[in-house]
Amino acid sequence: MQALTNRAKPVDRKPMTVVEKLYMWSIAKGMLITLKHLFKKKATISYPEEKRPFSPVFRGLHILNRDEDGRERCTACGLCALACPAEAITMEAAERLPGEENKYREEKYAAKYEINMLRCIFCGLCEEACPKDAIYLSETFAPSNYQRKGFIYGKEDLLIPSPKENPGEYAKAIGNRKANSN
Amino acid sequence: MHSALLAIDLFFVIEKLVLIVAIVSISLVIAMYETYAERKVAAFIQDRRGPNRAGPFGLLQPLADGLKLFMKEEIIPNTSNRFLFILGPCLAMLAAMMTSAVIPWGGKINFFGREVNLQIADINIGILYVFGVVSMGVYGIMIGGWASNNKFSLMAALRGASQVISYELPMGLSLIALLMLTGSLKMSEIVGQQLDSWYNVFYQPLGFFIFFVCAFAECNRTPFDLPEAENELNFGYHQEYSSMKLGFYLFAEYINMFISSVVMATLFFGGYDIPFINDANLTQSVGVNLMALFQGLSLIIKVVIFIFIFMWVRWTIPRFRYDQLMNLGWKGLIPLSLINMIVTAALVLLKNNGWKF
Repeated sequence: MQALTNRAKPVDRKPMTVVEKLYMWSIAKGMLITLKHLFKKKATISYPEEKRPFSPVFRGLHILNRDEDGRERCTACGLCALACPAEAITMEAAERLPGEENKYREEKYAAKYEINMLRCIFCGLCEEACPKDAIYLSETFAPSNYQRKGFIYGKEDLLIPSPKENPGEYAKAIGNRKANSN
Repeated sequence: MHSALLAIDLFFVIEKLVLIVAIVSISLVIAMYETYAERKVAAFIQDRRGPNRAGPFGLLQPLADGLKLFMKEEIIPNTSNRFLFILGPCLAMLAAMMTSAVIPWGGKINFFGREVNLQIADINIGILYVFGVVSMGVYGIMIGGWASNNKFSLMAALRGASQVISYELPMGLSLIALLMLTGSLKMSEIVGQQLDSWYNVFYQPLGFFIFFVCAFAECNRTPFDLPEAENELNFGYHQEYSSMKLGFYLFAEYINMFISSVVMATLFFGGYDIPFINDANLTQSVGVNLMALFQGLSLIIKVVIFIFIFMWVRWTIPRFRYDQLMNLGWKGLIPLSLINMIVTAALVLLKNNGWKF
């Protein structure tokens, strides 16, 4: 058989000498190894106080975006739902009424927008499919819940806080991402 | 005259009672923090942090563990022998605690003009007593395992019994060599001889080594933890136990560890002697009571080092197979301790007949 790495060593089946049979040397070697580990840097991170940074391409919970005036960007075109391989997105469209121009950016908007976080595989295809830059994946992940229905996120869970009414919350939700980038 | 006799007796009783309560509670607290130390040492050796949430540095962790054990449901299996099932953990705990009676924990203290010996019972067969009580410890395992009416527990009890009995032999033989040097079974006298001279370990290095290995086996600690062997006997003799009865078994192991460390320190490492210091001179300069405190601390430091070694070994060396264990005990340690005994006896005989070395 051809060796793959050239690091393979044949097993040594020589009978042990008397000194080896005492195991004292091997035990001392093992004890030294564990003693060294006693003083090594710990691999653990104290989680709630210290957090591991996410990768810049991390895909977490979805956020429904607003434009700079605080109007919802989503027009309920349904492309995200179509793109979704897990079929986690459902929506219902509605027409914007006169006087709602400050709430919705275009004439059509999503009256209901639900994402089932148990179905979602966080692939980010909805983000790519969206022509209006209305949905993107944030840097948080879904918190645990006792019931399945807690994982069906409606519009109130997904919408980003308005940059006009609540700029502080908005900045927090945006995180390190650039908002409204096209 | 009658009343005078009674008064003396009463003081004696109070003194001993206080000593007993103090020593029992100290060994309980130490055993408690041994569980904490064990988890910390294990974590550090495995590059983790160990318990650090309950209190500063996780120092309240043993209390939380104890509370958890107390709150657990107490289950006694239907098919078990009820009386023996309860007797098992009691015996394990009792045997573990009883050994501390003959250990000298420090020199004398002067308490309002009354000289108090920091030893519960200074009997002249101290070591023999230790052996008697230690071999009683196996009944805890045996009775518990048998009364559980479970084949795994029974296997574990069988293993535990044969292991403890096999390792008691080399332990005793290695001590006989030591006793030939000291010429006394009295614990306080053995310590007294080491106070301002070389420790016994320098005269009996092999004897100490054998005693040390056997102490691991007697405490059922890894590498000799065959009675527990989680992955073969899925918990061994305490598999059917729950709540504080399980806690007693686990606790007894830690008390055993503490006591065997104390016995090793006392017999081979000078007991409460403070190394490199002339005890008599220091007593004159700091007084009797402070000296007793230093001596107690010195003993505790030695014990802590031993306990650390116990834990260090546990997290380094894998468990023996059963036949390997028996081979080591009967073919390795017993001949070795016999040779050690004979050589020591010959040397002692030669020395007594006027040889100089």
